[in-house]
Amino acid sequence: MKILAVCGAGVGTSVLLKMNAEKALRTLDLEAEVVAMNLANALEVQDAQVILTTPDLVAKLEGTRSEVIAIEGIFDLNEIGEKLEKALG
Amino acid sequence: MSRRLAEAFAPGSVAAQVAAADWRAATRVAGELLVASGRTTPAYTEDIIQMLEELGPYQVIAPGIALLHARPSEAVLTTGLSLAVLEKPVEFGSKANDPVRLVFGLAAQHHDSHIEVLAETANKLSSPRFVNSLLTIHSESDFQRLLSDS
Repeated sequence: MKILAVCGAGVGTSVLLKMNAEKALRTLDLEAEVVAMNLANALEVQDAQVILTTPDLVAKLEGTRSEVIAIEGIFDLNEIGEKLEKALG
Repeated sequence: MSRRLAEAFAPGSVAAQVAAADWRAATRVAGELLVASGRTTPAYTEDIIQMLEELGPYQVIAPGIALLHARPSEAVLTTGLSLAVLEKPVEFGSKANDPVRLVFGLAAQHHDSHIEVLAETANKLSSPRFVNSLLTIHSESDFQRLLSDS
């Protein structure tokens, strides 16, 4: 299973989001590959089940086949965990 | 403290109790600190501002904290961080995390050269005590002391 963590540049926010998503997945005992990338590259990816991003960027991901999940607090492991569990469970 | 984190903030990369009128001015301060410490050319600062104008304030990553950056490009000379502690908070337009007093600049040369440093920074910022101490620094040496004490 593949999850994308997406932000504008693909080097800052998305990397933090990836790290925290990996922590949340470990807590949930779920296995998935989490990849950080920028918006433009994310739109090219076909095989991701879920895209995690920040609320501001959801509209920019219109057209993707993956389920887009907005994370309000990228350091909020509870929020990330709950939303991932709902999407993947 | 890890040496790697201390090294990510090169001499000249931190300014304390800086006055900035708005988010653009605050962004320029963090950008100029990256330039002053040899991390980027001034074009990088303009790239960050353009990014925020285009995509909104998503780089305000936690309450009171912005981690400003643009895509890796020729404007990045080497990977590193800067920090501007603002005297008074500014609004970036972030519903969840305004107003902001800690403005970090991140220069990433490659997509993976900065990840460990970023992880360590995030780890530090998850401590409210560290964040509160950061807000009270008055100089770059205060910052280095704070890093080595924590």
